[in-house]
Amino acid sequence: MAEHISSVKLYVGIWLALMVFTVLTVFAATLDLGVFNPIVALAIATTKAVLVVLFFMHVKYAHEKLTKLVIVTAIFFFLILLSLTMADYGTRLWT
Amino acid sequence: MHTSPPATVEGEAHQNPALLHHFATEEQQKNAASLGMWIFLITEIMFFGGMFCAYLVYRFWYFGDFAAGSSSLNLTLGTVNTIVLIGSSLTVAMAVRCAQVGKQKAIVVYLLLTLILGLAFLGIKAKEYKDKFDEHHIPGEAAFHLEGHVPRHPDIPVNQQHAQIYFSLYFAMTGMHALHMIIGVGLFMFLTYKAHKGVYRPGYYTPLENSGLFWHFVDIVWIYLFPLLYLIDRHP
Repeated sequence: MAEHISSVKLYVGIWLALMVFTVLTVFAATLDLGVFNPIVALAIATTKAVLVVLFFMHVKYAHEKLTKLVIVTAIFFFLILLSLTMADYGTRLWT
Repeated sequence: MHTSPPATVEGEAHQNPALLHHFATEEQQKNAASLGMWIFLITEIMFFGGMFCAYLVYRFWYFGDFAAGSSSLNLTLGTVNTIVLIGSSLTVAMAVRCAQVGKQKAIVVYLLLTLILGLAFLGIKAKEYKDKFDEHHIPGEAAFHLEGHVPRHPDIPVNQQHAQIYFSLYFAMTGMHALHMIIGVGLFMFLTYKAHKGVYRPGYYTPLENSGLFWHFVDIVWIYLFPLLYLIDRHP
């Protein structure tokens, strides 16, 4: 068969990692990290999202480069949305 | 279970009943379906992206009031819901795997587990919403009132207008997420019925796989919503 079949072990391992990161993000929120609080929270969330996309959604094993291109394009345009919006709203109080 | 296809005179390309005539191979057909699903998911990224962008702007402007609103949420229920949803992603991934290896009975078991976890998530979410109604944390409500002050600034009371913006975004984002969950539960009920009839097998499980992609996407949206809504400035 052409498609990749992941092992049960791998799926359970990814699930365990996601659980650990969930506990970690709740714990990190109780620490005073200053400006790093939201950065740590988003870094953990992004790590979790990448694990889900690569392994649960099988993107790591996708033969089609087109699928990966579509995903990267979506993220790129989403970041344009955020960065250009904040270039306006984030700088309005500057004098 | 499956009757063999009638012999055709058109040639070998038509021997497989699961292969539509405009695709050259089964793999090409699967890739096309998968790519179509991903294109749909990127429109979903843009749909939720607009709300995340609005959230970012107002969180930046009214950080203290957002933190006060965030602290009024039930962190325990939020964490439990995150665990429940990630568990349901595992059961979906396992259901797809069972289809790949041809364990048709196990597909049904994993899909039922997914449904139970999905409904548990929605039940807990409903409880959280009810608490918000009881506490008068509903934006636009005449009796809206968020007690307290900005975290670590006992001298700065919560701005009620700004707190309502937080709760508007909270209900819009978790509400749209819950709507996606409800659609997902409907989808998986249908899939469970089909799987019970033995439709999905190693050569054909595209509906299962694509619905799985949808479910994982909804899971990812929650993975971001949870820290952004529940964990703002929680430290003492």
